[in-house]
Amino acid sequence: MSEETNTQSKQSPSGNRLSKVRGLSDRAIAWIFISPTILILLAINIFPLIWTVYLSFTNYRVNRPNKEVEFVGLRNYERILSDSDIWITMQATAHFLIWTIILQVVIGFTLAYLINKKFKGNDLWTTIIVLPMMLSPAVVGNFWTFLYQPQIGLFNYVVGFVSGADPSSFSMIGDVALAPWSIVIVDTWMWTPFVMLICLAGLRSIPDSIYEAAECDRASKWRQFWTITIPMVLPFLMLAVLFRGIENFKMFDLVVQLTGGGPGSITELTSINLKREAFEKWRTGYASAYAVILFVSIFGIASIYVKALNKVKSR
Amino acid sequence: MKSKLMKSVIGIGALAASTLGPSSAQAEDLTLCWAAWDPANALVELSKDFESQSGHNMSFEFVPWPNFADRMLNELNSGGQLCDLMIGDSQWIGGAAENGHYIKMNDFFEKEGIDMADFIPATVTGYSEWPKGTPNYWALPAFGDVVGWTYRKDWFDRPELQAEFKEKHGRALDAPKTLEELKQIAEFFQEREIDGKKVYGASIYTERGSEGITMGVTNALYNYGFQYENPEKPYELEGFVNSEGAVAGLEFYKALYDCCVPPGSSDWYMSENIDAFKSGQVAMQMNFAFIWPGVESDPNVGGGKSGYFPNPAGPGGQFAQLGGQGISVVAYSEKQDAALEYIKWFAQPEVQKKWWESGGYSALSAVVDDPGFASSQPYAQTFLDSMAIVKDFWAEPAYASLLQPMQSRIHNYVIAGQGTAKEALDGMVKDWNEVFEDEGIK
Repeated sequence: MSEETNTQSKQSPSGNRLSKVRGLSDRAIAWIFISPTILILLAINIFPLIWTVYLSFTNYRVNRPNKEVEFVGLRNYERILSDSDIWITMQATAHFLIWTIILQVVIGFTLAYLINKKFKGNDLWTTIIVLPMMLSPAVVGNFWTFLYQPQIGLFNYVVGFVSGADPSSFSMIGDVALAPWSIVIVDTWMWTPFVMLICLAGLRSIPDSIYEAAECDRASKWRQFWTITIPMVLPFLMLAVLFRGIENFKMFDLVVQLTGGGPGSITELTSINLKREAFEKWRTGYASAYAVILFVSIFGIASIYVKALNKVKSR
Repeated sequence: MKSKLMKSVIGIGALAASTLGPSSAQAEDLTLCWAAWDPANALVELSKDFESQSGHNMSFEFVPWPNFADRMLNELNSGGQLCDLMIGDSQWIGGAAENGHYIKMNDFFEKEGIDMADFIPATVTGYSEWPKGTPNYWALPAFGDVVGWTYRKDWFDRPELQAEFKEKHGRALDAPKTLEELKQIAEFFQEREIDGKKVYGASIYTERGSEGITMGVTNALYNYGFQYENPEKPYELEGFVNSEGAVAGLEFYKALYDCCVPPGSSDWYMSENIDAFKSGQVAMQMNFAFIWPGVESDPNVGGGKSGYFPNPAGPGGQFAQLGGQGISVVAYSEKQDAALEYIKWFAQPEVQKKWWESGGYSALSAVVDDPGFASSQPYAQTFLDSMAIVKDFWAEPAYASLLQPMQSRIHNYVIAGQGTAKEALDGMVKDWNEVFEDEGIK
């Protein structure tokens, strides 16, 4: 009976198809499975990237469909790299990037170190600390504008209460000197928990036996910290810096809600500036060149950083 | 009998088809796009008459002002069919005409007997014409608007404040006639305690993201002598945009910001100014005239507590920034006939009269020239006076590219205090020249 069935199946059309599939190599089957994903990636990632590079050499404007598109060579790149306003936004981005990373790493690691100790209410505190990163950046930006409000804002009130200054005598988001710090403070408030969680994972991955061995060797707590804790958490810290660096390099929503890039262009980060060029001034070719420069910069820096990270991990 | 009955049925059917048929076959769902603000709500109510008369259904897509241009220009640039009718900002007219976003309305106006001479001339130039000054119409003036000032009349009328002000400045505390007087009044009220509450001089436009500070600062620039270009030689900017008068006008606006606004008002536009005024924070507010019906009906500041005045004069004359919009038919709409029906209905004098009564600012001369108009509302005369002195920003197809550098340069100087007024205006000349070069105009 089983032989008959086998024979029938071999002779039927479905049996033929099955035998054809059976004839495919593993490599061919793998290609069949991944080709839809590759096609989608090509359509939504690779093609737009190539198209952006092409547009960056033209004077194309998306709001001027009737205007002839001209090839302008490297003119867009020359303009961007010699534009002092662009360098000001680069400086604003660098200030934001450096200070948020420093503060988030220092505070995040400190919190992780404290949370890692066993004490009553440990889980509750972890949950409370992690809450800000669960909020939408647009919501955070919006409610911090109220907290920073000189007349009714809680932030100004607290600073006034502590320092004795009149709360309405300073404006965090309206003052040139304070505005860059206002966005650093909010981003640090929101994303330090993320760094803390990564550091906590690093701290919890250190086996207790290493500390016990150090105790046996009568190593002080300070020495244990510098020779065990820091080196073993370092790859995690570097990973946190990488994530936050990439995220903050393209920071947009939170800052737009908070300051809109102002006062003047003091907090106009590169992503906000790029959006203005592309979708407010409608200089599509110019904005494409700008995007290519940013992409190459961030890709280059991230690649160097990942190599350094791998070196640290392999130690 | 049977054949008679059949004939009757056929007859009734034919009658029904001839009367109901066409209108039910042509009934369309029209979508009108505009900004989300008080006049839009008034238009929703007004449009119910159109729905009942025409059989068409009206839907509305309203976008808050800060996102209005972004959202709607994206829609037009992508050839979207969301909007059949667009009440677009006055500065869009050049781009919308040249890029084919709006249909040209000359033939339609001629066919329907709609004469542009029947509308306030400034609104025709501002909202309908492209190129400016030529009889090429792309919109029907829909909502006349202009920047003006609102003040706390009840505070101004207080005898003790009147006496103190007179002693200090030698004149009555009244609506200012010049920008200098306006600044003196703002200084007088700044951080003054009224009814146990600290109040401030004035709320002015300072918004950075869209068009706010430009719509504000031009009210000072125009009146000190700023011009967009050489009147004799179009697109010649040097010496006009950055003239001595223009520098003085910009310095005045910064001085007003530095002395007399509420703390934290570094990014304020229409809604923030309204809030500051209605909550009793400021003695005066700069704002478009559309807010005045809302001020009059407000329990805190309405009912005679507030007064209105046009933008005061400066050494270079008296002008005010034009606001307002025209209504256009979107070229990508598949319901253009029905959309034109709406415009025909909207242009009728009785509809325009009702539009004014319901809180919209009609641009039809027959409405505003009516002998009873000036006294019909406490702000009506100010509206008329203001509409007589309007000037508008560039309406070139590249208007967005011209607006952004101005926003940036002016905000950098006035709010961030970077550089000098001359440097800011010189920078604007440089940026605008680049835009015109890119456009192939210069």
